[in-house]
Amino acid sequence: MGGLRARAAAARPGRTAPLLAGAGLAALLAWSWHGTAVDLPGLFGGEGMRQVATYVAGLFPPDLSARTWRDAAAGAVETFAISLIGSLLAVGLGLPLSLLATRTLLYRGILFEGRRPGPGARTARVALYAAGKALLNLLRTIPEIVWALIFVFMVGLGPFPGVLALGFHTGGVLGKLFGEVLEDVDPAPLEALQATGASRFGILVYGVLPQALPQFVSYALYRWEVNIRAAAMLGFVGAGGLGQRIHIAISLFQEHQLLTLILAIYAIVTLVDALSAYLRARLV
Amino acid sequence: MARIPSAPPADRFRASGSRRRFPYLFTAVFAASVLFSLRAAQVDPRRLLEGDALGNVAKFVRGMFPPRLDGEFLGLMARPAIETVQISVMGTAIAVALGVPLGLLATSSLTWRGVLHERTSRTGRWLLGFAPYAAARAVLSVFRAIPEYVWAFMFVRAVGLGPFAGVLAIGVAYGGMLGKVYSEILENVSPRPLETLRAAGASRLGVALYGLVPQALPNVIAYTLYRWECAIRASAILGFVGAGGLGQQIELSMRMFQFDEVLTLLAILFVLVASVDVLSGRIRGWVA
Repeated sequence: MGGLRARAAAARPGRTAPLLAGAGLAALLAWSWHGTAVDLPGLFGGEGMRQVATYVAGLFPPDLSARTWRDAAAGAVETFAISLIGSLLAVGLGLPLSLLATRTLLYRGILFEGRRPGPGARTARVALYAAGKALLNLLRTIPEIVWALIFVFMVGLGPFPGVLALGFHTGGVLGKLFGEVLEDVDPAPLEALQATGASRFGILVYGVLPQALPQFVSYALYRWEVNIRAAAMLGFVGAGGLGQRIHIAISLFQEHQLLTLILAIYAIVTLVDALSAYLRARLV
Repeated sequence: MARIPSAPPADRFRASGSRRRFPYLFTAVFAASVLFSLRAAQVDPRRLLEGDALGNVAKFVRGMFPPRLDGEFLGLMARPAIETVQISVMGTAIAVALGVPLGLLATSSLTWRGVLHERTSRTGRWLLGFAPYAAARAVLSVFRAIPEYVWAFMFVRAVGLGPFAGVLAIGVAYGGMLGKVYSEILENVSPRPLETLRAAGASRLGVALYGLVPQALPNVIAYTLYRWECAIRASAILGFVGAGGLGQQIELSMRMFQFDEVLTLLAILFVLVASVDVLSGRIRGWVA
């Protein structure tokens, strides 16, 4: 009884916990404020604000000449293409890898009741799971922009390395998320299938995947929204799209062109957000 | 990772014409956009195999080992690593400071619609409620649709190179996302407790404090923590545009072909991201 209560007290913080958390948060904020040289008074007081205002005023009016306009539109289309193909590549990489990163498909849970693999086979399957997880971690840890640098190094400049960068990083993210979905499916339908004598493959196809599919679509759409923003950034290291044009405009102090390109980013990102919300409502 | 709230289940049994045509239309449009995008993005897998591509990868991978782990280098990298964490904390703090007021204004049930406003006149609702609501939505949409690195670029121009520009960039971009999600959480609370409080004669502030806040707070905290996890990744990347942190070091080492340093920096980044994930998951477990 005493042990139970002690455990409950440890799991649910009492009255002192909010105070402690508040003090910890305050200390964390003070430490970060100091370390990042935050200067809000400087920003809002006279000089800083005037600098920002001058800079913003200098952006106007946006350059709407036919040449800039066409350039921005071409950049937006390229960015859109990079994000779409990159996200599809990510699904193509993440889906098979997620099967490796799902314990319930490899060595434990309902699929293996009564048909337990031998000790050797089980070790091999656990190793397979560990390898799948490690690979996904590797893909996910390396940020898109570092992947982009690697692929630019490999295949040269242009939007193609951007596609590969998004595909590899997002493939790692989706593989992890898909694996979690696969482990979380409701076991009741799987048990029903197993009771009718369905094979493991049958249970996977008719029991697990139909439950997981809506979540897969939802996650893929969510990552597409992340990727349209990332695709606009990758241009920065020479991987095409609006980012490359923005980089040039900033380096050459072409402020009016810059504003046009920022408007193009705003338009394409808002469009993808809306499309994704629409598809989520229709498909999921 | 936070679960993305999924849309309410659609009525799958309604057999209207548009519903039946949708799968065909969707497949056709989807196939066309993919084919078009493959061309526009100049996708050509052969380029992965031709010329020096594989040789370059081999050079890169060989260069990474052994990673550079001497005390001098690790000592030098401690400062940028700490800075990356600090940028993420301060950036998230500013995002909350921007997201809370804008999110409250962008909540229709607080500003102009629903149980709190049943007794307000029409013009009053329009002028005092709808106008600020629409303005807040517009501001949030601009904040979040412009990616953080573009903000970082502009803040580097405005306040100079260094971590402060990164803090402001994350603060503005994530402030836009937090504000939107806060308003969605507030709009989706159950209206029953609010109606009960109203019927019991509670003031508007009372309804908001005792009806809205307790329902919304756990979700608000969970989502804010999730954004902090994203912010640590973002703050590492912003270094690429001169906004401090680890990214700047990764870029430098990449440009100098010091791949052994790149591997060490990526490992440091992995440890930072993983620790923040664990810490944030722990806190979320307490709150939810």
